[in-house]
Amino acid sequence: MVADRSIALWGLLQRWNERAMQRPEIGSVTAAALLFIFFSIASRGAMVEGSTLARVFDTAWPYGIMAVAVGLLMIGGEYDLSAGVMVATAGTALGIMAVEWGINIWLAALLSLFICLALGAWNGIMVVRTGLASFIITLGTFFGLRGANVALSKYFTGDALIERLDEAPGFDSLNAVLATAFGTPPEDFRVSLFWWAGFTVIASWVLWRTKIGNWIFAAGGDAAAARANGVPVSAIKIGLFMLTASAAWFVGVSNAVRYTSVQAGQGVGDEFFFIIAAVVGGCRMAGGYGSIVGPAIGALIWGIAFIGIPQAGWDLSWRWAFLGVLLLVATLINHFIGVRAPSEHGD
Amino acid sequence: MTTAEPQSPTDQTGERRPIIEVDHLGIRFEQITALEDVTVDLYPGEVTCVLGHNGAGKSVFIKALCGVHQPNSGQVKLDGDPVSLDSPRRARALGIFAVHQDLALIPLLSLWRNFFLGAEPVHGWGIFRQFDAGYARATLAAEMAKLDMEIGDPDRAARTLSGGERQAVAIARALYHGARVLVLDEPTTALGVQQAGTVLRLIRRTAERGTAIVLVSPRLEHTYPIGDRFLIFRRGRLAADLRKDQVTRDQLSEMLAGGTERDQIEAALLDDMPEDDLPDNI
Repeated sequence: MVADRSIALWGLLQRWNERAMQRPEIGSVTAAALLFIFFSIASRGAMVEGSTLARVFDTAWPYGIMAVAVGLLMIGGEYDLSAGVMVATAGTALGIMAVEWGINIWLAALLSLFICLALGAWNGIMVVRTGLASFIITLGTFFGLRGANVALSKYFTGDALIERLDEAPGFDSLNAVLATAFGTPPEDFRVSLFWWAGFTVIASWVLWRTKIGNWIFAAGGDAAAARANGVPVSAIKIGLFMLTASAAWFVGVSNAVRYTSVQAGQGVGDEFFFIIAAVVGGCRMAGGYGSIVGPAIGALIWGIAFIGIPQAGWDLSWRWAFLGVLLLVATLINHFIGVRAPSEHGD
Repeated sequence: MTTAEPQSPTDQTGERRPIIEVDHLGIRFEQITALEDVTVDLYPGEVTCVLGHNGAGKSVFIKALCGVHQPNSGQVKLDGDPVSLDSPRRARALGIFAVHQDLALIPLLSLWRNFFLGAEPVHGWGIFRQFDAGYARATLAAEMAKLDMEIGDPDRAARTLSGGERQAVAIARALYHGARVLVLDEPTTALGVQQAGTVLRLIRRTAERGTAIVLVSPRLEHTYPIGDRFLIFRRGRLAADLRKDQVTRDQLSEMLAGGTERDQIEAALLDDMPEDDLPDNI
């Protein structure tokens, strides 16, 4: 009887596993739903109020936009540890140009984009040319930017905090595009949510439905075999680093406009949240497998926990413990999927 | 882009025409002569087995055919016209495809994605142009059926295939993308007896459909049954070019063993084994 039941259970697990192999985001969607229900109960309903939901999404969207790009990069077989501080680079560059130099904020945003694209290209070209791990290359960029952001902000403005972006020429129209609010506070939702959803849909479409997406999977899965089949692996990887840098630019500029100020020292440590969201979303750490909806939901899980924990009346510090447990459980589940699938040597 | 119709190995006059003529080919790497004065013809519908021990020049020879190494002397003719095989991409465009032991398929990628990797069919227009997944799935199934191979769900990851099935998909992919000359680099080395048998039968059938096969394998028990011709390389030269009716398996085996021993003695006397320094993999 016990044996029968365990065989049936094993069969069920394997079927679930086969489904999960085809839908990498299934774990994160399930986890998000369960967590939301859990915190709704633990907070005695406060979780489902409009004002709480607004804060959940407001917490999640910057991580969500970054996780979409970082997820693509991870599927392509690379990491970017400089993605967190690059958000601050984008905002600081915008602040220096728009506030200190009085350049039209749209032009300042464009120039800030060029800076980020150049940094992304630097990461990508260094990884491709040297063959060193992206972990090392982007860790170097991380420290470089962490120092340069604050030092350059102080050099040009005398302070690491740049304020009054709303006085810059062109501010109102840029604010309308990037930070319009819907609803009345505290039940206000930002237009950033639509940008987040839009980027998720576009990136997902590119990954699953275009040949570029096929090349990203191949470049991350087995770069040598991909090259042997004519895939431009180096161009794909450099492009993914530049895409991640553009996402950092978008988030950095959106935040700067939203809060009308920039902290040059911000963003340190955020790169791990992006990576955690991508891993929780089912992206394989070694590349070649994953989804885009998964990382987006992974960021939403962070939003639910970040707001849900104080709503439930728990100490805020539990947020960090939660993040650690979440990462470990998600990685174990992914590992389980990897182990249960037939080996690469076909036995 | 579709598979060529089975070609007759003879033309109207009934005379056999080679698809590839290798004419006094020589390749040097700096001071080392890797290949010297190799002249050989390859025919459609034939399985040509390339034999010789490590460093004898067989690897350099097939890489020259696939556009990886460029000749320093001599030339390669395709259908009677001299061609410049200056890159693997160029060689492919001319219908010369290599299937490598390790670089065949991407393990985590689905079969239909693998089948069209680097040559994805697209539909739609402008920025909405997308990978035609339905066409890719259907084509994969149809192409495998042509080879009497059943691989099941096209959405399976390539790593769920057996080693033999993986070689079969790689061969089917090369044929679909227009291979007239198929260079197989140790396709059965990592396989068990039964799977090796399946792959060898597939190679034989592929040859019978009119493709010229160049088969590199150290295992004579695999190559002899399906081979039509046997090229033995020794110290960068073509030491023998024999048809199957000219030589038995035992004779070939003896020639290879003898060659090894003699070469080793020769090398010891000369106090250098230059071929060992040559790159052995792409």
